[in-house]
Order: sequence, then C-alpha cells, then structure tokens
Amino acid sequence: MQENNKKSRRKFFEIGIKFGLLASIGTVAVAKAFEDEENSGMVELMSTDGHIMQVPASEVHDMVHIKQDGYDPRVGFPDKKFVMVVDLAKCKNALKCQESCNKNHYITGENAWLKVYKMQESEKTAPYFMPTLCQHCDKPPCVKVCPVDATFKRQDGIVLIDNERCIGCRFCMAACPYSTRVFNWNEPDQPEAAHSGTYTPDHTGKPSVKGTVDKCDFCPHKIDMGELPHCVTACPNDVYSFGDIYEDAVTNGSGQTFKLSALLKERSGHRLLEGLGTEPSVYYLPPTERLVEFEEGMENYTEFQSVKKTEE
Amino acid sequence: MTQYDKLIKDLAPQKFGLRGKIWIGFLLVVILAALYAYYQQLNKGLIITGMRDYALWGVYISNFVFFVAISLVGSLVTAILRLSGVKWSTPLTRISEVIAVAAIIMAGLTIIIDMGRPDRIYYIFLHGRLQSPIIWDVLVITTYLLISILLLYYPLLPDFAILKKHFHNKPKLSKWYGKLSLKWSGTKKQTRIYNSSIKTLSVLIIPVAFGIHTVTAWLFATTYRPGWDSTNFGPYFIAGAFVAGAGAVVVIMFVLRKIYHLENYITDLHFDKMGKLLVMLCLVYLYFNVNEYLIPAYKSTNEESAHLVELFFGSYAPLFWTVIIGGLIVPVIALVFPKGRKPVPLFIIALLVVLGAWWKRYIIVTPTLLHPFLPIQGVPESWRHYFPTAFEWTITFGTLASALLIMTLLFRYLPIIPIHETAEERGILEHDKTETL
Repeated sequence: MQENNKKSRRKFFEIGIKFGLLASIGTVAVAKAFEDEENSGMVELMSTDGHIMQVPASEVHDMVHIKQDGYDPRVGFPDKKFVMVVDLAKCKNALKCQESCNKNHYITGENAWLKVYKMQESEKTAPYFMPTLCQHCDKPPCVKVCPVDATFKRQDGIVLIDNERCIGCRFCMAACPYSTRVFNWNEPDQPEAAHSGTYTPDHTGKPSVKGTVDKCDFCPHKIDMGELPHCVTACPNDVYSFGDIYEDAVTNGSGQTFKLSALLKERSGHRLLEGLGTEPSVYYLPPTERLVEFEEGMENYTEFQSVKKTEE
Repeated sequence: MTQYDKLIKDLAPQKFGLRGKIWIGFLLVVILAALYAYYQQLNKGLIITGMRDYALWGVYISNFVFFVAISLVGSLVTAILRLSGVKWSTPLTRISEVIAVAAIIMAGLTIIIDMGRPDRIYYIFLHGRLQSPIIWDVLVITTYLLISILLLYYPLLPDFAILKKHFHNKPKLSKWYGKLSLKWSGTKKQTRIYNSSIKTLSVLIIPVAFGIHTVTAWLFATTYRPGWDSTNFGPYFIAGAFVAGAGAVVVIMFVLRKIYHLENYITDLHFDKMGKLLVMLCLVYLYFNVNEYLIPAYKSTNEESAHLVELFFGSYAPLFWTVIIGGLIVPVIALVFPKGRKPVPLFIIALLVVLGAWWKRYIIVTPTLLHPFLPIQGVPESWRHYFPTAFEWTITFGTLASALLIMTLLFRYLPIIPIHETAEERGILEHDKTETL
C-alpha cells in the first residue's frame, strides 16, 4: 500500500492528491500522498462516512481551496478540464458509488443520478455492468436547448444546473441522449443537512428544489478541496478514475494515478454514443479480461430501484 | 325592410339564449375544476401528473401542439384562401380567425401549465437564450398572436361602425362598438388603408404561421430521440395542422349555422368546398405520415424499431390505427362522395378529424420518450408507461373549455359573418346605405 502511494505520488491538483478524510470543521484535510512516516503524533478525524479514526498528525495539512478569488461557479476552475474514466472490466455492481452519490447529494427521489446499467449488446455477447452519470459533454445537447441559461458548461468542462434559474421545462431532459437528468416532481424530502449553507450549483442537491432538474455535477465541491468525486472514492474496485485532461492524468479511488492518453490507448477507451457528436468527458474502458463473474454482480442488481428508501 | 337592414338584422350579434347560458355554465364548471386541479399541481408539484423522468412530457405538451395546430387555420382561411382570390371563403374568415386567436392564447397558457416553475416564467425574457428552440417558439407565437388579433380586428372596423348604428337604442353597447370602430366612416382614404393593411397582414401571417408550427415541430426534431429525430417534422406538423384546423372550422361553422340560423350565409356550398379542401389536406397529411413511418420502418434501426413496433403492434397500436384510419383514411373516403360533403355528414367527419388530430399529437409526443438510448433501469416499473392522471385530464379539459369559452364570448359580441364584406360582395351596401340614411 505504502509502495503504491509512493509510486503514484505526483502533483495532481495544485495542492497534490488530497483524499478521503476531512475534519468535521472542514479546515484540515489529509494528503494521501505523503512521505514523512517518522512523525507519530496522532489526531482524531471523522471520515466522510461518519467514522472516527486516528490519523498521524503529519498527514494533516491545512485545507487549501483551489477556488481562487472571484471564483464563479458558472465559469469554473481556471486551467482545468476534468475527465473521468470508467473501467467496465472492474465493475461488479457493488453500487457503493451510487450509495455514496445518493447520500452526499441528498437524493431522495426514485431515480439516482448515477446508475449502473445491466448491459448486453446482443444475444451472444457478454453481459456487463455499466455505470453512467452525467457525461459532461463538450457539446452538451442539454445546454444548447435550455431557454434560460439554467444549465451551462464551464471552462473546466463541467456541466451544471443552476436550480435557482431553472424553469422546469424539461427540454434538457428530452435532449439528453444519456437519460441522466432527473426532475424533482415533488418537494424533495431531504435531510436538514441539504439545507445548510448558501446554495451554489457547485454542490447539486444541496438543496434540490421542486420543479427543477438535477443531475450529476462531477462534484466541484470535492474538487475544490483537492479531493476526488464521491463515486470515485466510494468504489471498492477502482472502477472510476478522475482527473485533468490538461495534466493527462487520472487518479482512482486507491490513489493510483495513470497517464490518461496511455490508458485510453492501451485499453481501447471509448465514449458513449460517440456517433451523436456530443463529445462526453467520460471515457469507458471495455469489459475485457474481467476478474469478476458477471453473475456475482447480479446479487446487487435491482431493476426497479436506484435510490434506497431511508429506513427510519 | 331593405336587403341591407335584413342583412344587419341577420348578422348582428345576438344575446345568449337559454342554451347559450347553459353552455357557458358548463364551460365555467369545467374551467373551475381545472383551476382547482392546477392549484393542486402548484402545491404538490408535477408529481400529481402521470409524467416521470422518462415520460417527461405528456398530455400537456401534446395538447399544446394541438392548440398551435388548430390556430394555423386562421392563416389558411383568411390569408391563403383570401390571397388566392377564393370568394366563397368570406363568411368563414371571421370564424377561423376567432378559432385561431382562441387557440393560440390557449397554446401559450398550456405551455405554462407544463412548467415546473411557472413563477419563473419571466426568466424567459430576462435570461432568454436564442439558441433554444423554446425562445424561437415564444417569439414566433407572440408574433402570431399579435398578427392574428390584428387580422381579426381590422376587418371588424366597418362592422363595428355598422353595429354602433344598429344598437343605437342600447347606448352602452353602441358606445363600445363606436369606440372599437376607430371612427370608421368608410371614406376612400380609410378604405384604402383598410384594404392594404389587411392584405399586408394576410401576406405577413403566412410565414409566421408556418414559423409557429415548424418551430413547434423543432422542439421535438432538435432532440436525438427516435421518432422525433426527423427532417420531415416541420412540414409534417404543418400538413397536420391544416387538417386539424379545417376540421375545427367545419365543426364550428356547423354549430353556429344551426344556432344562429345562418343558412343564407353559410350554405351547403361552403360545406361542399370545405369538404373538398379537407380531402386534399388529409391526403397531403397522409403522404407525410407515410414518409414519417415507412422510411424508419424500412431501415429498422434498433432505436427506431423499438418505437415503431410499439406504435404498430404494441400498447399504442389501437390508438395509432384508430387515429390513422378513423381520423384520416375514413374521412378521405367519405368526403370523396358529394353526399359526404353535405352539412351533417361532413360535421360528423370533421368531428372525427379533430378528435383524431388531438390524439395524433398525443401519439407523437408520448411514446417516443419511453424508448431512450440507454435501457430504462433503476426506476419503478410504472415509469415505463405513461397515461395522464385524472388531474392532468381535468386540467387539459379545462384548457379546451377555455378555448371554447373565448370563442363563445367572441361570437357573442362580434358578427360571426363579416357584415361589411358580405354586403359589399352582394352589392347591396352603397345603394341601401344611401336609402337608409
């Protein structure tokens, strides 16, 4: 593990790869890529899923936001272009990504933003699981049709929705060929946490608003803290890698960083519905030489559910 | 009584009888029910509809398309027929203009009903983006509404002047008609401006009318959805709109003729001509339908065939074939025979055509969305189907009733048959006028 981290150490975001743990006040974060092992002072921290854990103090750094002065959620981070790689060979439908996404975006409807489809192209070809989220297209058909500039594309490649602007015409949903947009048909029954803080399109679902459209936001609120999106860190199988196309690097949940161009070349990456010309920012690696049985994933598969009802 | 007086007596607006009052009461009840349903929708959200993330547009949108379609008849009868020098259409011009105005007003309101955040409607003007076909639709619909109102109003000027005189023993009514007549006195200068304005508007309204329905078609055709992704969509919608509009004119002219005893003005000849027109329009529309369905069916790409199989043989099949056969093929066959173009049979057929036209829009809008590119998974089973809920039906019927109410009120206060133009055509105006003065 340590070996791994050392190997993958590289400057990723401006402040390096920060990952995982976040102090409850949100002022300190832990850098996963660290060298200093001698310092043995321990601090108590709470992880994003609510566990208290002991962490060497040397791992704790001051929180650095990559947001700069004058940051505009409609413009995005400067000099970045985010990209995601989904390795279909590794996906065994664990659904931890979906769970984490639903939780952290306070999704209370019946249609998750991140869905893992059971796919089979034709009778004789192998079935596989395919996670889909907003593809953050470079030529987004949804943005093109929005009459009021409620959904927009930023300079860093992220497509967002301003739910204080959205008029609820749902044209974007009709235009999206990936069916990743979700409408708030009723008043969302979200936990209190969803209503804390001031609203920004940077953290979709905080809160969701009746009569407006929601979708995957590529987690700019995580990126800002030098962290990876919720789905990436939650995946136990390193299906997702996330990064910056300008740096030509993507990092998975275990902290391994890959050269994007090499990865796409070696593994024959592709994008969904390439023929439509939408130019997504999400790449897929084919489900070849899989280490897991497809049938195993079927245990988790629910055809008619993607958001677990909270048991209260 | 001179011919001229009889003409005015025949054509001047009449008070509602008992039937008229019952009719208005009925419409108001439907509208009130719809308002209640809409209030519920505002409170609870669109959750009270049958729409969900896949079937994200439903009967509201198809009803909107229907209204836009119907409104095109204003341009067909008043502009296209007028400009091509057709004389028989004069008594139908006002009827079709009234239908057009009522339909386009309701089209605008219906689209608001579908919005998730109607309270933000003004954002369309505040933050409007020209890239969006919705903005094109807003621009062209407001333009069409304006031209339609003018095209209804200008030919009314001399009629208002006539009515001002006619209702001299009802000072209030007379005063209103006088104001509306904009001091029309029939001078040469006024007549010249009047004629050239109407002609200009008639020319103007044709491209705008084509615009509204083409843009409405583009709301669908600009998406990637199989069943909508078609370059045929603009003309296909326009052809269908003329069918719906001509059907509506026939239905309404039949009813008005019956109630107001207008047999001397709306004659069997008018029904015969409208019947022939309807045959031609239905055939053109059938041709576009063949294009719209046959070519994708021939190619049968996966996406298209999933959609088409659903239409031809699946759960939409009964509706699809009823609409095509009952709303297009049967009317064509029936109207080819002169007997079919007599008022009563034509009325029944036109009713079928209008009903078919309404459901046709439903078939165009709703099934497509249920066949997305990625499979429908991870949502409740019920999301794979769409059928309007009782709330949606109530609201939809409310919009239809509102359109009928607007028409009823306009027909109450406006001469249904243009008095001035009819008198002019029959050559009884000048002569009688001097006599009565």
